[in-house]
Amino acid sequence: MKYDAEVKISLKKGMLNPEAATIQRALALLDYQVENTATVDIIKFSIEGTDKGIVKEEVDEMCQRLLCNPVIHDYNITISPKEE
Amino acid sequence: MKVGIIRFPGSNCDRDVFHALELAGTEPEYIWWSKRDLSDFEAIVIPGGFSYGDYLRAGAIAAITPVINGITDCVKEGKPVLGICNGAQILAEVGLVPGVFTENQNAKFICEWTELKVETSRTPFTAMYKKNEIIKMPIAHAEGRYFTEDLKKLQDNDQIVLSFESENPNGSMQSISGVCDKEGLVCAVMPHPERASETILGSDDGLKFFKGIVKY
Repeated sequence: MKYDAEVKISLKKGMLNPEAATIQRALALLDYQVENTATVDIIKFSIEGTDKGIVKEEVDEMCQRLLCNPVIHDYNITISPKEE
Repeated sequence: MKVGIIRFPGSNCDRDVFHALELAGTEPEYIWWSKRDLSDFEAIVIPGGFSYGDYLRAGAIAAITPVINGITDCVKEGKPVLGICNGAQILAEVGLVPGVFTENQNAKFICEWTELKVETSRTPFTAMYKKNEIIKMPIAHAEGRYFTEDLKKLQDNDQIVLSFESENPNGSMQSISGVCDKEGLVCAVMPHPERASETILGSDDGLKFFKGIVKY
């Protein structure tokens, strides 16, 4: 069966995020006062598997080996049955 | 002495490094990323550039190529490995040196000459400098801000190789611009010694990085 996988990658709490800081300053230029701006990367793909749990384990391994850098990143995985 | 220069799609300082290694008296040779066996080489340099377009993170995709397994074998055999700029980012992604080189504090690409302090002379690449010597080499990167979870360990193990002296252009932790592994054989530096290898370039302060390989 096919699953849709979505990996959300964000910087760990307390890590400086220059992109988010720049966006927040730009919003201020338009007179929008916002706080705690963050950016998140989303990587999506579909993947064949027999069981949702096994697929999640495999995607977790992908995060550890390539998709994220554990020194600076937190990540969140969502697995759902593929929408046809 | 044969020194390998690793090439990835997007490497762009490979020929500069080749020239500097020749000036230092070595026999450089290019190595394509798919080569697994590096036993012919006595030292390895990973040059700067934008391997794989910096996709995902700078150095992340180069870090999983077959040549990295060859480099890991070289490290086990006690051969010196130097990563410059993108090469440094790759070594950090592989985990051969601690920490990470990430987006500059000001979110800009910074290309300028910098004053640097040589923090240790125990690595083959810095053996010809004196500890605390001030040298001049350029930087050229958007992702060079050094971060580590355990700064104290780095200090205790004498793993800081270079730091910015007068100003800290990219916001690096403790102004760190170069680190090494525990043994001091794997060095990852953001500044470009090859761009400071002849006086006509503005400085030849960087040449000793390559001469040090021969001496080692």
